[in-house]
Amino acid sequence: MLSRLAGMDAPLAILNTENKKGLALISAPLGYVIAMLAVPLAAILLISFWTQDFQTFDTTPTLNNYREAVTDPLYRELLFRSIRIAGLVTLVTVLLAFPIAYFISFHVAPSRKSLWLFLITIPFWTSYLIRVFLWKVILGFNGVLNSGLQTVGIIDEPLTFILYNANAVVITLAHAFAPFAILPIFVALEKIDRSLLEASQDLGESKLSTFFRVTLPLAMPGVVAAVLIVFIPTIGDYVTPRLVGGPDGLMIANMIQVQFLRLNNAPMGATLAVIAMVSVSLIALLFVALNRRYLRGPR
Amino acid sequence: MKSLRTYAILYLIFLYAPIALLPIFAFNDATIIAFPLSGFTTQWFTELPQIPALIDSVKNSLYIAVITAILSTLLGICAARAAAKYTFRFKRPIMGFIMVPLVLPEIIVAVSLLVILLQLGLSLGAGTVIMGHVLICTPFCIAILNSAFQNLDPAMEEAAIDLGETPWSTFRLVTLPLVSPAIISALLISFTISLDEFIIAFFLTGTEPTLPVYLWSQLRFPARIPVVMALGTILVAGSILLLILAEMMRRRGLRRAGLQDKGGFL
Repeated sequence: MLSRLAGMDAPLAILNTENKKGLALISAPLGYVIAMLAVPLAAILLISFWTQDFQTFDTTPTLNNYREAVTDPLYRELLFRSIRIAGLVTLVTVLLAFPIAYFISFHVAPSRKSLWLFLITIPFWTSYLIRVFLWKVILGFNGVLNSGLQTVGIIDEPLTFILYNANAVVITLAHAFAPFAILPIFVALEKIDRSLLEASQDLGESKLSTFFRVTLPLAMPGVVAAVLIVFIPTIGDYVTPRLVGGPDGLMIANMIQVQFLRLNNAPMGATLAVIAMVSVSLIALLFVALNRRYLRGPR
Repeated sequence: MKSLRTYAILYLIFLYAPIALLPIFAFNDATIIAFPLSGFTTQWFTELPQIPALIDSVKNSLYIAVITAILSTLLGICAARAAAKYTFRFKRPIMGFIMVPLVLPEIIVAVSLLVILLQLGLSLGAGTVIMGHVLICTPFCIAILNSAFQNLDPAMEEAAIDLGETPWSTFRLVTLPLVSPAIISALLISFTISLDEFIIAFFLTGTEPTLPVYLWSQLRFPARIPVVMALGTILVAGSILLLILAEMMRRRGLRRAGLQDKGGFL
């Protein structure tokens, strides 16, 4: 109360102390992110212009790593494959997730919504490594799925197209990132004013056209968020391609790891990391730009 | 809307199918993970405590997870409090920047930290893993704590100040009790994330593996798979228990603030 009265006399001074107190409080987490993320990322960028000779860096700036990265067919293939797989994972995940988010938002009683959301998030919090490994066990040649289907008598020969290829990577990642896609879409759907849907139907639209002309455009901010939040981390996934991808399912992160930990070529690894990050950012920006008209409007 | 409900239930089955297999094969008396099941055994569980490397990795992981949970929750409290109570310059970009580790591919975080730590001449170990884990756990803590701090009624703190409490005693006696469920929830979630995290630990752990890094090394040996399943069962059961606790805390926090429950953690 006192502070408010004082504030009337000197609003600027109050604003100034507010500013200082806020900045003082935020400086700890901000400083941490700068020291542990911004500085290391800058270091990665710097090193990508260096070369390495066993343990020592040659710090003469050069573009050779980048030249090699864009001309070597192996690196190119890995990068394009990562983008392709991440894109496919995103498509599958978001398409599968949308009906769930819609169901929870529109057809679940408000008191039970948080229970549904909790049920969906639980598997996500359990060990990622174990989950990916379980998919390997499920999809394997003598795995759970094949042996199960054979025991029941649906198939005679084990299915071979489901492990050690890009399909397996897509299935596994779509499973792992499900809640990431559901939550933002759910939040966007919850914000939709239900009277708009009634108005649309009162004005003669069918249920289906109401969905496509009212509900979906209003849910687009959530869909865009879901796409970004699935696409960006999946492109750098290491565990899934390594465990279930086989030689044709390996992605750029596997090569980055090999460069850093096996080949002792940190500059090349750094270059690939920079290229991957730049590609992801460009694709993400392009995607946001394409959906600009859905993202404006009243909040 | 029957079909939508059927789809939702099938989707839940898809989500839970892999985890449901864990206990089935952890108690199965065969080294090959396949149907038909052969018999019941607890052999794989009794083998677990007899592996010294496993015990060491569990101890290492627990140590890392406890420190990570405390540090990232403290940083989360600072950020959430600043975001809820004060207006300051560049607030939105700063808050956005702090949340970046949430979406960045973990391999990028891992290699960039590795490079800088090696250049600084730090030796890899539990400390370096903690540095990385705090970075990725803090955004989750902020997400959980934000709503708690935002829901605080400023009149309560003002009343305490008017009644003669110092800012610090107000924080301790009024603010903290109101947000404590969210703080416990943030501690539990960051503990769980740190305990399960693999990539950053894989790059930064040095010669003392964490539990996931130890698990990774065992996945290569087919004979170890039943033991891995048993270990996985314990891990997943533990995670689910912690989550239910965290969710109960979150709900209690909402009730304390007298608010309607509007959804999950994020």
